[in-house]
Amino acid sequence: MTSDVRRPPPRLSFFGALGPNQLKGLFWQVLVVGIAIAVVLFLWSNTVTNLSARRITTGFAFLGREAGMPIADSLLTYNPRDSYLWAFVVGVANTLRVAVIGIVLATILGTLIGISRLSANWLLSQLAAVYVEVLRDIPLLLQLLFWYVLMQALPAARAAWRPVEGVFLSNRGLILPAIPIGSPQLWVLGTAVLGCIAFFAIRRWLVAQQMRDGKPRPAWPFALGLIVVLPAAVSLLLGVSWKIEWPQLRGFNFVGGLTLAPEYFALLIALVTYTSAFIAEIVRSGIQSVPRGQWDAASALGLRRSFMLRQIILPQALRVIVPPMTSQYLNLTKNSSLAVAIGYQDVVSIANTTLNQTGQAIEAISLIMAVFLTISLSISFFMNWYNARIALAER
Amino acid sequence: MTAITDMPDVPRARRRQIGNPVLRWLRANLFSSIPNGILTLVLLAVLAKGVIGFVQWGVANAVWLTPANDSSACKAARGLGACWAIIPEKYRFILFGTYPFDEQWRPALSVVLFIALFYLSTRRALWRRELGLIWIGVLALISVLMWGGLFGLSFVSQDRWGGLPVTLILATFGLAFGFPLGILVALGRRSKLPAIRSLSVLYVELIRGVPLVSLLFMASVMFPLFMPSGFNIDKLLRAQIAIILFAGAYLAEVIRGGLQAVPRGQYEAADALGLSYWRKQRLVVLPQAIRHVIPPLVNTFIAFFKDTSLVLIIGIFDLLTTAKTAIIDPAWQQFSVEVYIFVAAIYFVFCFAMSRYSRSLEARSRR
Repeated sequence: MTSDVRRPPPRLSFFGALGPNQLKGLFWQVLVVGIAIAVVLFLWSNTVTNLSARRITTGFAFLGREAGMPIADSLLTYNPRDSYLWAFVVGVANTLRVAVIGIVLATILGTLIGISRLSANWLLSQLAAVYVEVLRDIPLLLQLLFWYVLMQALPAARAAWRPVEGVFLSNRGLILPAIPIGSPQLWVLGTAVLGCIAFFAIRRWLVAQQMRDGKPRPAWPFALGLIVVLPAAVSLLLGVSWKIEWPQLRGFNFVGGLTLAPEYFALLIALVTYTSAFIAEIVRSGIQSVPRGQWDAASALGLRRSFMLRQIILPQALRVIVPPMTSQYLNLTKNSSLAVAIGYQDVVSIANTTLNQTGQAIEAISLIMAVFLTISLSISFFMNWYNARIALAER
Repeated sequence: MTAITDMPDVPRARRRQIGNPVLRWLRANLFSSIPNGILTLVLLAVLAKGVIGFVQWGVANAVWLTPANDSSACKAARGLGACWAIIPEKYRFILFGTYPFDEQWRPALSVVLFIALFYLSTRRALWRRELGLIWIGVLALISVLMWGGLFGLSFVSQDRWGGLPVTLILATFGLAFGFPLGILVALGRRSKLPAIRSLSVLYVELIRGVPLVSLLFMASVMFPLFMPSGFNIDKLLRAQIAIILFAGAYLAEVIRGGLQAVPRGQYEAADALGLSYWRKQRLVVLPQAIRHVIPPLVNTFIAFFKDTSLVLIIGIFDLLTTAKTAIIDPAWQQFSVEVYIFVAAIYFVFCFAMSRYSRSLEARSRR
C-alpha cells in the first residue's frame, strides 16, 4: 500500500520487476481466487453427481414443456396447457403489476405522510408519527398475513360492502367500475403519451429560450393542446366509446368492472402501507435538510408559496430524497416475492411450483435471480438518470 | 398538500402571548388557522370513531378467559368482541413451539439471556474487545441451554425448537457471523487488488439483487444438491446460513460507508508507523469506521430481525410460523387476528426499543 510513502529498501525478488508489495498482493489474490474456484468446483461436481443420481437433466429444455399449473389471477391470458416459459412470463407480469402500482401508490401515500409529520397541526403530525412507527416495526410478512385474514373475513359477494356506489368489497376482492380498454382506446391513450413527450420537449426548448433572453414563455397552452385537446380530437374522430362498465351481482359473483383478487389486494395494501412508512421518513428528512434560510430567503423575495416550494425547496430536498428512495423501490419490488405466502402467483411463486414439479432447482432459481437482477438494474438505472438530472449544478 | 403551508419553518404571524397557557397551546398547535381547525376537528372525529370502535371490540366486548380448550364463549362474541382468551390458551405454543413442555424454562431463559446480551451491547462503557468475548460466552451458553445433553439437561434436537427463541437465534447468530463476514467483504470491496475487489462486488450485488425468499428457497432446496451425497445438515442450520450470507452482504455495505468516512490521513498515519495491512485495519481504521456506523448497523439489524420471519415460507418454526400454526386448530381458527396482534406486539417491542436506541445514538453523535 502507498509504497511511495514507505519507500521500502530495494530487494531482489524472484519475480524481478514486481516489488514485495505487489508480490504479496498477487499472492493474496491467487489464494482467494483459488479458494473461490475450488469451492465452486466442489459444489458443482457435487451437484452434477446428485443430479445424475436423481436422473434430472440440466438445461432449460423443460421451459418448452406443458406447465399444467393453474394460475388464478393474471393480466395475460394463460391456461394450464401453456408452456413453463409462458407461465414464467405471466409470473413476471404479475410481479410487475404489483410492483409498479405499489411504487406509485407508496410514493404518493409516503409523501403525504412525510409532509403530515412536519405539519404545524400537532394532532396530524402525531398521528403520522404513530403510523410510521407502528408500520416500520412490524414484519411485512406478518402485516401481509394480517391483511389477507381480514380480506377472507369480509362478507360473501351477496352481502358485499358498498362503500361507494359501484364499488364492492367482499371476500372475492375489490370490484371497481372500469372502462373497458380495447385497441381504439389504446390509440387515444397512445396519442396522449406522445403528446406528453412532445410537450416535455417543447417545454425544454422554451426554458432554453428563457435562459437566453430572460422572457418567460408560458408552457400551459402547449400542455392543454398536446395532452388534452389532441387526444380528445382523436377520440371524437375515431368515435371511441368511454362508457363506464358498472359491476353487477349475478348469482354468487360479479360480472363486469375491474376485479382485484383478495390476494392481489392484500399484497398491494401490505406493500404500499409498509413502504410508505419508510418513504415518509425519507421525505421528512429531505424537507428538513433544506436550511431554514432558504425558506426565509424565498419569502423575503416575495415568491408565491407554490412557486417557492416548486423552485426553491423541492429541488434541494429531492437531492437528499432520491438516492434512499431508489433503495425503497428496490425493496418493494423484492418484497413483492412474499406473495408466495398468500398464494398470489408472482414470479417467485411460479418458479417455486415449477421447481417442485420438475426438480429443475438450479434453472428455476437462476431464472428468479435473472428476473430480479434485471428489474433491480432497470430501477437503479432509471433512478440514477433521474438523480443526475435533478442534481444541483454547483459551481 | 394543505399541510405544507403550515410548515414550522415558515415564519408565522406573531401571536399574542396572553391568556390561559393550555388555550394558547391549543390555539398554536391545533387551531392556528381556519383550515387547520377544520382539519383538527375532522381528525378528532375519525380518531374518536376508530378508538371507540377498537375499545368496544378489544376491551368492552372482548372475551378474556375461557375454560381450557373451550372456544364457545369466543364464538358467541364473534364479530362483536375480540377473543383474547386464545392467548392464554396458546401462548406456550406460540412462544416456544413444540419444545418439550416441562423443559420450556430453557428457551424462556434463553430469551432472557438474549435480551440481557442486547442490553449489555448498548452500554457504551462495554464497547471494547471484551464485548466480543461476552457475545461468544452468552451464545455458547444459549446453545447449551437449547440443545442440552450437558450438565444433566436432556437433549432436545433442533427440529423441536420453535417460537421466539428461534427468531432471536436466527437474527442474533445472523449478526454474530454476518458481521465479521461483512467486515471482510467491505475491506475486500475497498481493496486495491482487482480480483478480491471484484469477488466482493459480485457477492454483495448478487445477494442484494435478489429477494431473501429466493435465497431461502435456495437454502432449503438447492443446498442438498450442493453437498456430497449422504452429507446433509438440518433445515434450521441451512436457513441460518442463508440469513448469515444475506446479512453479510447488507452489513458489508453499511461498514463500507464507515470505512469511507475515515479520513485519508488516518490511513497514511498508520502507513507511516509501518503497520501491516491487517494491523492497520484492526488498530486504526475499523475502530473508527464501526463507531461511525453504529446507528445504521442497528437499523440493519432491525431490518433482518423482521426479515427472519420469512423462514415461514420454508416451514421453519419461528415466532410467526408458530402463531400461524396455533390457529390451525379448528376450535380457534376464526381468531387469527387476535393472535397476529399478539405476535405483532412482540415484534414491535423489540424493534421499537432498538430503533429508539439507534435514534438516541444518532442524536448523541450530532451533538
